[in-house]
Amino acid sequence: MIWQLDLAILTLVVVCAIAAISVKDLLGSAILFGAYSFMMCLLWAIMGAVDVAFTEASVGAGVSTVFFVAAVFRSTRRTKD
Amino acid sequence: MRMIALIIIVLSGGLLLYATQDFPQWADPASPASLHLSPHYIQKSMEETSVPNLVTAVLADYRGFDTMFETTVIFCAGVACFMLLRISRQTPEDRYYRHISTGVTIHIKDGGKIPDKSKEFERIDTMWTPFDLVIKTVCRFLIPFIQLFALYVIAHGHHSPGGGFQGGVILGASIILLAISHNLRTATKRMNEKLIGLLCVTGVFIYAGTGALCLLIGLNFLDYSALASVLFLDPVSARSFGILIVEIGVGIAVMATMIWIYNNVSSAGKYDEGL
Repeated sequence: MIWQLDLAILTLVVVCAIAAISVKDLLGSAILFGAYSFMMCLLWAIMGAVDVAFTEASVGAGVSTVFFVAAVFRSTRRTKD
Repeated sequence: MRMIALIIIVLSGGLLLYATQDFPQWADPASPASLHLSPHYIQKSMEETSVPNLVTAVLADYRGFDTMFETTVIFCAGVACFMLLRISRQTPEDRYYRHISTGVTIHIKDGGKIPDKSKEFERIDTMWTPFDLVIKTVCRFLIPFIQLFALYVIAHGHHSPGGGFQGGVILGASIILLAISHNLRTATKRMNEKLIGLLCVTGVFIYAGTGALCLLIGLNFLDYSALASVLFLDPVSARSFGILIVEIGVGIAVMATMIWIYNNVSSAGKYDEGL
């Protein structure tokens, strides 16, 4: 485990998480959540949990982002608050 | 009110971070979780189930009951999505058609339509009218390879990372890619609603049925070594094959559920025009 890489990815996870809840555009929020999932996938791969990383990459970063985009497409793109 | 919520969140977050200090170190062999059951799985799983990938052995065999209800949870999510969103009543709405040979787009109002069998016109979505040949061709070319990879992931879960859940999601994603790159009607022509619902139930049934078969033969629920007499194998290989059967069931259920949820969400329950 390379600690520099670990630290960089952890920072990106936190940045993506904060950005995903604070962005006003819901489509952007969905994409940021996908990026967050992908960073978590990288973290799990670094820690050696390859099965979990695979699940996160396919479910979290892949299909759930599509679901979010579809839901945004059928509702509004802008949050009220 | 927002300030109070923020204070509560920061406090509980800090408390959680403080509590993680009591956790055992990462990959600590002396931690309570690694002392009790893990040595048995690590040392015995190969000779008991002949599955090299430890995660698959634990997930589908030792903790099979848990995984069965995970599959059921996914099935319930699909059914809930269907119940909430599906609308069977169709209101008359505007439709767009493209003349195939010239590319002219026509707009028909208030529920009027061109016969579906017409060879000169094709129906297009109201939200996205441009004709994108590159995306359609590339996706058409890619989808078989994605599906082949998904089948590999399901079938090779014994030896490499992967298994029913991941393979099923990738299989579902290939159909979703077809729906995104063409339109929803092309995808539902291949996988219609009835088939999706049926596959969803079949997947869960395969899993639970395997467990019930073991029970009928006379061993515990989901103890795949009972299948030895059915498959004409020794009990160890029977456990390996039992895991494969169960993974296929999980794959079918997850694939169908993913497509089901996508169809309902992207078309707002009308199954007419998607993303």
